[in-house]
Amino acid sequence: MTLTEFVISTIVKILVVLGIFSALAGFGTYLERKILAFMQRRLGPMHVGPYGLLQVLADGIKLFTKEDIIPQNSVKPIFMIAPIIGAATAFIALAAVPLLPEFEIFGITVHPIISDVNVGVLFVLGVMASGLYAPLLAGMASANKWGLLGAARTVIQLLSYEVVTGLSIMAPLMMVGSLSLIDINNYQSGGFADWIIWTQPVAFVLFLIAGFAETNRTPFDLLEHEAEIVSGYATEYSGMRWGMFFIGEYTNMITLAFLASLIFLGGFNDWGFIPGALAIILKVSFLFFFFLWTRAAWPHVRPDQLMWLCWKVLLPLAVVNIVITGLVLMI
Amino acid sequence: MFEAIAFYLFSAVTIVMFTITVMSKNALYSMSALAAGMIMISGFFFLLGADFLGVVQIIVYTGAVMALYAFGMMFFNTTRLVEEKVRAPKLVFLLSGLSALLLVIAFTAPIVSDHIEAIYPVVDGVENPQAIGIVLFTKYLVPFEVAAVMLLVAMIAGIILAGKKMDESLTLKVDADDEFQKKGSK
Repeated sequence: MTLTEFVISTIVKILVVLGIFSALAGFGTYLERKILAFMQRRLGPMHVGPYGLLQVLADGIKLFTKEDIIPQNSVKPIFMIAPIIGAATAFIALAAVPLLPEFEIFGITVHPIISDVNVGVLFVLGVMASGLYAPLLAGMASANKWGLLGAARTVIQLLSYEVVTGLSIMAPLMMVGSLSLIDINNYQSGGFADWIIWTQPVAFVLFLIAGFAETNRTPFDLLEHEAEIVSGYATEYSGMRWGMFFIGEYTNMITLAFLASLIFLGGFNDWGFIPGALAIILKVSFLFFFFLWTRAAWPHVRPDQLMWLCWKVLLPLAVVNIVITGLVLMI
Repeated sequence: MFEAIAFYLFSAVTIVMFTITVMSKNALYSMSALAAGMIMISGFFFLLGADFLGVVQIIVYTGAVMALYAFGMMFFNTTRLVEEKVRAPKLVFLLSGLSALLLVIAFTAPIVSDHIEAIYPVVDGVENPQAIGIVLFTKYLVPFEVAAVMLLVAMIAGIILAGKKMDESLTLKVDADDEFQKKGSK
């Protein structure tokens, strides 16, 4: 492959991923409202289009045309940059995720991964972790007490749960012996019985719990807990800047669903008669549904319960899991 | 060609970011610029083919160290300017400039005279994390283990310092104080 081909194919991939995933993030809000409504015996959005399908479009128009208010005493450049960091880190993290198996289109073999770095898992987690600057800077720049409280909660929550994510992933990585997501996927190519979830169930549960905390989903959505701190870091935001936080959050959810299905649920290998591409889409959709299901079924936790859970329950469990895995691997 | 463009881009942005860090009077500007500069530095690691170090740079410096700085910043009002009192600005400028120049000379001197030799050259067919593991557990085994022990000591000390009165509830204590004061005022 020549340099020009490489550049063109990379740019095309980036544009496709950007387009599809920002659309998915928008569609995700519709799905969330519909599923929550279904679980609470309501109808959800019904008026715009058939079954409220065009609600996403209406919301988009509203967000784009809303006045962009910047508070007087805020630090303006940082206030304006913060939401962009949120959306950008979410999309950059996707760069190292293999989204689908290789396929051929118009006689060209396409690798649906933007950049195959050999430390893929670490890259994705690291970039997602630096996404904590979006709520942090937003809260600190907006000169608002709720914002500041939200920012403080962000740092505590995301820093603590990053540790759990890293440690929980360590055990499967020790088994595979590589940090590349493609290698991890190929390790499970033997079919249903080879999925890492059967050998590492504890790690899977820990990873999911920490993932909920890192993407700021309901049992742990203390960063913008309406009942306590209005809207946390996003209190002063309106219009498209607020929308960008939202896009970032939903893209992070999808990235996390991809990571969980690649590392624990067999990735994009063929699953019985289901071809690989369909298999991973099914797994990601199920995990996305699981996020929403949890939101409908569980109440918030208190901040002190959140810290207790992280440092006194999940962290020791993760360490014990690593030690046991190491012993089993050595013997 | 792309590598050259990327290198000059990253170095220019890094220098601009760290200049903002030093020069700005606003703590929030300095902090965000420092974080951005740390991320830009990881670009150099990626350009040199050291993917693992690049990612570690992002995770450790931007994800952990800078976030702790930010947490410290929350005790101040970051939307206000910081007025610094520098008594002898020329002396500060001269000293910092000289030390920066010395550092640059010290690090570039071996390159100019071609005396840099890789004692542990990169083995072909070994991936990045594995290459680092090999060097860490052969040549740098003792410093690695010593660092691990020191971190453990620091962690235990931190837990003991912070955890002494963890079981006492601060809110309950405040309530008790209030009642005490009410009784006293009667």
